Amino acid sequence: MRHDHLITSKQLSRADIETVLDRAAEIDADPEAVADRHANALLGLLFFEPSTRTKMSFETAMKRLGGDVVDMGSVESSSVKKGETLADTVRVIEGYTDALVLRHPKQGAAAMASEFVDVPLLNAGDGAGHHPTQTLLDLYTIQENAGLDDLTIGIMGDLKYGRTVHSLAYALTNFETRQHFISPESLQLPREVVYDLHQQGEDTQIREHETLEPVLSSLDVLYVTRIQRERFPDEDEYQKVAGEYQIDIETLEAASDELTVMHPLPRVDEIAPEIDDTDYAAYFEQAHNAVPVRMALLDLFLRDHGTGTGAATATDDAANGDGGEADE
Amino acid sequence: MVTEVRPMSDDHDHHDDNAAHELRVSKIQDGTVIDHVRGGQALNVLAILGIDGTNGEEVSVGMNVPSNRFARKDIVKVEGRELSQDEVDVLSLIAPDATINIVRDYEVVEKHRVERPEYVEGVLSCPNADCITTGDEPVTSRFEVLPGGVRCAYCETIVREEIAALIDTA
Ligand SMILES: [Zn+2]
Repeated sequence: MRHDHLITSKQLSRADIETVLDRAAEIDADPEAVADRHANALLGLLFFEPSTRTKMSFETAMKRLGGDVVDMGSVESSSVKKGETLADTVRVIEGYTDALVLRHPKQGAAAMASEFVDVPLLNAGDGAGHHPTQTLLDLYTIQENAGLDDLTIGIMGDLKYGRTVHSLAYALTNFETRQHFISPESLQLPREVVYDLHQQGEDTQIREHETLEPVLSSLDVLYVTRIQRERFPDEDEYQKVAGEYQIDIETLEAASDELTVMHPLPRVDEIAPEIDDTDYAAYFEQAHNAVPVRMALLDLFLRDHGTGTGAATATDDAANGDGGEADE
Repeated sequence: MVTEVRPMSDDHDHHDDNAAHELRVSKIQDGTVIDHVRGGQALNVLAILGIDGTNGEEVSVGMNVPSNRFARKDIVKVEGRELSQDEVDVLSLIAPDATINIVRDYEVVEKHRVERPEYVEGVLSCPNADCITTGDEPVTSRFEVLPGGVRCAYCETIVREEIAALIDTA
């Protein structure tokens, strides 16, 4: 895999995806083998909006590779509050670290930030844009449970604002998939995404539906996402619409016994807790896969940038902190 | 400065490259004549080219000139400045049928069409308020040119209509 940065799942070829998933499987099978691989390497965590879970899993992944993290902290306590541009922030922090993870509320933030740094930058979500590391752990989970080729997947819920959905749908176009998108009309896939899916996916069939029922029995995987209250003008409308896209044991009576149910979590009431203990449920496994998959990504990107030998590779700028306008 | 905004006759559509045409476009001595601009787009043409008169260029604009090819067309003449192909290609977004005449010493010495570039940089601003390029970041806007639209290279928003409204006049 030869990429300087990980910005969008669109940049990933099938071979890239397979490289990451294979590495994740190796690590999953024998985590001890990589326990010191990136000793002395430092990962910078730049989270401009809260995401405890994504941040924790990156931190865990880096530490399990023998490295460590430095964390910008919350936006309120940083120089960003004083009006510093993102371009300046990433240029300062790259001097301290071997790689950066960025979560930012603005679309295109990671693409722009990557133009200003030489260390690898991994996009951990840019507004309604992309979230490719989530995609890779989703793909890993799909591969483990259903396989990625000849796959029929239903993606249900908020397809308009759900970046995990967009990233996943792009990535799946690398495989032979039938993708069914199930949502209320007001939360359908944006036209940009539909445009791209048609551009990218020669072997991909794309269908949009307003109800799950007509496609449920054909699905290998049902990927459920949350429909947020704030997308609707009032509570009644929300309850009425969201209720149509919740599943329980009864819903799944029409499904294949082999169906795998996924969810990026946190869920509210999209998936009834009674499903948790069935063979359908893969969403906790999916959440756990965040660590081996992010370890695989960090390993690949750090190695490509020459900090993967386990030797002392502290950056030459590490002592630079007092020279610049350090984050307090 | 826009020194002239008045209807002009449009002889040359009737007689291709004949004398009447040469005479009319040769009203400037040296510079560029942008012809066959869709009616009403002349001021957008100037805006997208970043020509606002502040550099002292002598600019003439004809709007809603009768034309054979369109019901009405606009025409823009810039004295003293030869626009390069790269500069004028951005016009394909708002005036895809425009023809570019380079004039030297009252003679049309080059005549070409605008071509769709792959990307346009720095001339449009993204309409997506959540796009990173709309803040204070030191970044030049960049749009991919698609068949029938443009797409922000950062947030990936596609704009198909009203591209002229995105012209960055700052
Ligand atoms: Zn944009």
